[in-house]
Amino acid sequence: MTAVPFENSRKLHLGESLFKILLYVAASIVLVTLAAILIILFVSGQDAFRHFGAQFLWTDQWDPVRGLYGAAAPIVGTLASAAIALIIAWPLGFGIAYFLTEICPRALRAPLGIAIELLAAIPSIVYGMWGFFILAPFMSTSIQPWLTENFSWLPVLPNEMNPLWFWFQGAPVGVGLLTAGFVLAIMILPFIAATSRDVLLTTPQILKDGGYAMGATRWEVLTGVVIPAVRGSLFGAVFLGLGRALGETMAVTFVIGNANRLPDGFFAPTASIASIVANTFPEADAGSMKLAALFALGFILFVVSFFVLALARLLLRQGRMA
Amino acid sequence: MKMSKIMPRRMVTGALAAIAALASAGAAFADEITGAGATFPQPVYTRWAEQYAGQGGDTLNYQGIGSGAGVTQIINRTVDFGASDAPVAPERLVSQNLIQFPAVIGAVVVAVNIPGVDGNALKLTGSLVGDIYLGRLRMWNDPRIRALNPGVNLPAVAIAPVYRADSSGTTNIFTTYLSAVNLPFNTTIGAGSSVSFRAGIGAPGNAGVAGAVRNTRGGIGYVEYAYATENNMQTPQLQNRSGQFVRPSVQAFAASAAQAPWATAPNMAASMINTAGAPNWPIVSATYILLPKNPADADRARKVMQFFDWAFRSGQSAVDALHYIPLPAAVQNQARQRWCQVRSGNAPVWNGCH
Repeated sequence: MTAVPFENSRKLHLGESLFKILLYVAASIVLVTLAAILIILFVSGQDAFRHFGAQFLWTDQWDPVRGLYGAAAPIVGTLASAAIALIIAWPLGFGIAYFLTEICPRALRAPLGIAIELLAAIPSIVYGMWGFFILAPFMSTSIQPWLTENFSWLPVLPNEMNPLWFWFQGAPVGVGLLTAGFVLAIMILPFIAATSRDVLLTTPQILKDGGYAMGATRWEVLTGVVIPAVRGSLFGAVFLGLGRALGETMAVTFVIGNANRLPDGFFAPTASIASIVANTFPEADAGSMKLAALFALGFILFVVSFFVLALARLLLRQGRMA
Repeated sequence: MKMSKIMPRRMVTGALAAIAALASAGAAFADEITGAGATFPQPVYTRWAEQYAGQGGDTLNYQGIGSGAGVTQIINRTVDFGASDAPVAPERLVSQNLIQFPAVIGAVVVAVNIPGVDGNALKLTGSLVGDIYLGRLRMWNDPRIRALNPGVNLPAVAIAPVYRADSSGTTNIFTTYLSAVNLPFNTTIGAGSSVSFRAGIGAPGNAGVAGAVRNTRGGIGYVEYAYATENNMQTPQLQNRSGQFVRPSVQAFAASAAQAPWATAPNMAASMINTAGAPNWPIVSATYILLPKNPADADRARKVMQFFDWAFRSGQSAVDALHYIPLPAAVQNQARQRWCQVRSGNAPVWNGCH
């Protein structure tokens, strides 16, 4: 009788170590793939880096006819459209999450939660087509003229003689930086809402009950108890959304206006890294400088996304320590 | 809605073409010929392929992956023929051992959306259109536009230029025309399948440009003629080289096509941009087919020629229905002469050679 468990445990031992090896392999595949992509992007793009030098990063010229390439416009377009999206989607997403966890009637909670998750499941091309055919004309005829009229007091930056930024002035063509930001906001909203909801649910009920027991209002419990308890994780939710916004391709390509120029206002058409790659990749000849420049852009997007995530981690840690 | 030409599909077909090309290189199905390249003539190639197969001919698998990609594919010999809107440079044809011939002719038209103005009656010059895309002409009631259109009540609406966001043969043809008629456009922007326009927004595909023009007050764009007619777009008249304002029509395109210097153009790369002649539409261009001079499989090369021989003889109905223009008969024969340069061993592959 005693031999049987012994036999079993030896088999278990062998299985255990095999399993362990498999797990190591699985985990290392992620690292190897990541490193391989980064290396391939850099090697394929190094012609552009070598030819244009560090200037590649801050020249805004993108002229395939003369073979002059600079990444400034798509970098600014990517960061600016993602920033607009975050400014809109962050408070909205957090509001939805708080409503769902604290205020929403129990019967509505499940259907609302599912609706938000469905929003995340819509393919980005659908958002793009909606943005282009429905939102852009609406922006052009209603929202943009209204903004132009009501915000005309904003001063041109840095000054009238040397204008770089016109706020809400400019032709209301419908597509452009602001429209791209709106569409991105809707796309990342479900991510921020769903993650924030999960984060809020982790707040210990006993803390909240303690707050209410002391006569605190909902607002006081939210600002004094819930947010301090989960602050770091809330940043995580936001940066998850930001990560998606930076790399979003199809939807942005439809609504950002695809002008490889620096934007000079919220209505200005511009380009994002992902949109410029998607637009020009099919006709970039093998071995051409254009292809190298596109790979270099891909490398930059990779690095920018990496830094955003690193920053998120840093904020998370500080959030925990505070 | 015609979404088939919008970019994502193109990217998918690009990937598919690569896969198809790999598959065909290995398996070499006896009755399927493959081609890849320009999207501008894709509707007519696809229609020809359907009709040809319906009459018992070989199957053609054509992938509209863009002119640049089509040239790359034929240089790598992963397809039986390549297709490009812009003619390939003579030295490149020599170095890559390729012949080039035109397959069909098409036209690019300007489309506008100006509130309260009948766009079809509007008159424009290529020089003004060039200035619009340079960002030098910003309002529809500009004195220079008013001078061409006495009696038309042009509104004080900003001009919103729209262009192709993706690399496109249509852009190449359009910018070649603007470079020919507007010197500042030529020196600051130039001609190419994707250029750095100084004003306006980019929309994906012909359908995207058509949609953006329709949706934008004061919009102006350029599309293949077939797109303009299908979408009932308003297409202004352009002044041609002879000083006449012409409406876009198949007759006006054919008049330009007839003027092309086919006999003298090297590699049959005859320009039909801005030709002289009272009825001529100024933005007309042929689209080209590329064949290897030394095909790995002579049988398949012959089948490609048989396909285009059939298309020249019997493809007229498809060409008409899609608003393209057929090659003049003399040019078709000139193309057949070119085929004689395709050789296997020392003998021409095409049986019509002496």
